[in-house]
Amino acid sequence: MEGVKQFDLAVTPLREVNRYLHHDVAASGVERVKILNADGAHSIAVGLNVPLDIEVDGHCGYYLGGMNQLARITVQGNAGPGVGENMMSGSIRVKGFASTAAGASAHGGLLAIQGDAALRCGISLKGGDIVVGGSVGSFSAFMAQAGRIVVCGDAGDGLGDSLYEAVIYVRGSVRSLGTDARFEPMQASDYEAVRELLDAAGFEHDPRDFKRVASAKSLYHWNVDANQEY
Amino acid sequence: MTHERTGSEGLSLEESAGYDRRTLDYIQRAAATGLYEIRGLGAKRKVASFDDLVFLGASLSRYPLEGYREKCSTKTVLGTRHARKPVELATPITIAGMSFGALSARVKESLGRAATALGTSTTTGDGGMTVEERSSSKTLVYQCLPSRYGFNPDDVRKADAIEIVIGQGAKPGGGGMLLGQKVNPRVARMRTLPPGVDQRSASRHPDWTGPDDLVIKINELREITDWEKPIYVKVGATRVNHDVKLAIHAGADVIVVDGMQGGTAATQTVFIEHVGIPTLAALRQAVQAIDDLEMRGKVQLIISGGIRSGADVAKALAMGADAVAIGQGVLMALGCNSGSYVADGRHVSAIEDYRRLGTAPGFCHHCHTGKCPVGVTTQDPQLEQRLDPAVGAKRLTNYLKTLNMELTTIARACGKQDVHHLEREDLVALTVEAAAMANIPLAGTNWVPGS
Repeated sequence: MEGVKQFDLAVTPLREVNRYLHHDVAASGVERVKILNADGAHSIAVGLNVPLDIEVDGHCGYYLGGMNQLARITVQGNAGPGVGENMMSGSIRVKGFASTAAGASAHGGLLAIQGDAALRCGISLKGGDIVVGGSVGSFSAFMAQAGRIVVCGDAGDGLGDSLYEAVIYVRGSVRSLGTDARFEPMQASDYEAVRELLDAAGFEHDPRDFKRVASAKSLYHWNVDANQEY
Repeated sequence: MTHERTGSEGLSLEESAGYDRRTLDYIQRAAATGLYEIRGLGAKRKVASFDDLVFLGASLSRYPLEGYREKCSTKTVLGTRHARKPVELATPITIAGMSFGALSARVKESLGRAATALGTSTTTGDGGMTVEERSSSKTLVYQCLPSRYGFNPDDVRKADAIEIVIGQGAKPGGGGMLLGQKVNPRVARMRTLPPGVDQRSASRHPDWTGPDDLVIKINELREITDWEKPIYVKVGATRVNHDVKLAIHAGADVIVVDGMQGGTAATQTVFIEHVGIPTLAALRQAVQAIDDLEMRGKVQLIISGGIRSGADVAKALAMGADAVAIGQGVLMALGCNSGSYVADGRHVSAIEDYRRLGTAPGFCHHCHTGKCPVGVTTQDPQLEQRLDPAVGAKRLTNYLKTLNMELTTIARACGKQDVHHLEREDLVALTVEAAAMANIPLAGTNWVPGS
């Protein structure tokens, strides 16, 4: 099939596949790459910088799509820790579940997870968007600086601890908020944002069911009277 | 009422050793503010150091080289283990990681220009890579820190090596800190933070935990860079034996060990003075760890934390380091703690500005305030003008050149054609403490404490 290239990780070493995606694919006319037998391999399709559709068949190990730019990656299975870490642009869609630190320090792009995401989802987020169809584990959005996280299910303990300017929208229950995180009333722009992100991720929910969590900004400046024993 | 000490007061004005004036000041400051002190630079307490070692120059039993005629190589190659493009330097003296944010963009440019002139490398810091330092530096090491401020794949690809920072000698176990007065709009933008925020960065990496994960993280960075660039791992000196071995197991090409004398732009004083071990002790343990794994010559070691002179460099190399990294010495070469700065070719006094900070040249550690009187550790648009990048580059080039000449002077005196041939047998210790920490015999004896 023209414009489609297929790799089988049971046959081709990952290093070769990644090198092809970094260098050769750009001028090849290939628009879609299929990677078979992911079989839990780490660092699949990392460091891409080309607007390309990539489909990964199977479950992935750590750092799928790490530092992604422009590429649109879809994983048919589950994703290991740090999926889409430090992503800059493009999109990553996980059809299954995601492990810890999904979308860690992502600067841009969209990470859409159909199932649940484990601990520390969106940690140190720096501008990316994350939409989770299921629930997120504890300590999600820790120190998140910018960007948006939409959680269609529930959130665990310590949600949004030490948040900066990132905003979290949760549909279900929040077991507990982290230090300096607080619920805030939803504004028209929040409903719009949730609608836009749900549409982009392909999830159907009513934005009116979501709550907004953002920073109370009490940790932004040293405060002699602040309780430092948090 | 003030008491002038005349020396004849006897017990009526006897100072307490446990509650001396420094301790009283600390207690009273804590009582007044309810907050710990934050400051810049490194540990001020006296610890065993390279000053406590001396070289055994050649004599009848060893053959020296002619100081000015015979060749003595300083060439240094880092990252030979896995990287397709190791870093090749003309000298083992490198510039340590210091952030844009802690330092001005003009200072970063000076560092790059001087490093390039000397054929050595400079290193980014906890604030991303600036255009100024990339364009001025022939060889630039790009740090991957827990905060990941400004970390991005374009700069990863532009870097000559990547340094995963686990910790820093001034504060092993602590994250970065940059007070609001230094978070100007450009610094804030690069770090994705609101301008003016008192920034406290994370102490753990966001996407990996522990040595088994680090193996995978290093491999990811290798995959992203097609196995081209050396990967350094930097640790603050604490449990050096274990940390160095784990970093080697994780696949590092180069290990950077930063001792407790290493500097910082802003950290709690209690952290600077009470956490971490001296550089001398850390170096001995790091070398031992590399030898235990039979990785000498495969994995390179960079030592940092209080390296000031060519003698320090020579001693570090003799003890087994492949290179050193200098931070504070570099800033002092640019004018840190000098009474004046250079404007239009003239020296202008900065004494009054030091006074306003409550200090004086020779004592200043107010990097955290951003009000550096000589324009080095500042983001203030007026103050940063006090350091002309060309003047800074010239001064720093001179400093590094001096160190390199001192290094080869010692190496030649010890009969070495290559500074990397300096060896432990060339050294003896002047104090029992240094002998024990460095595992080097006390001068005039064959005695190594503990062996």
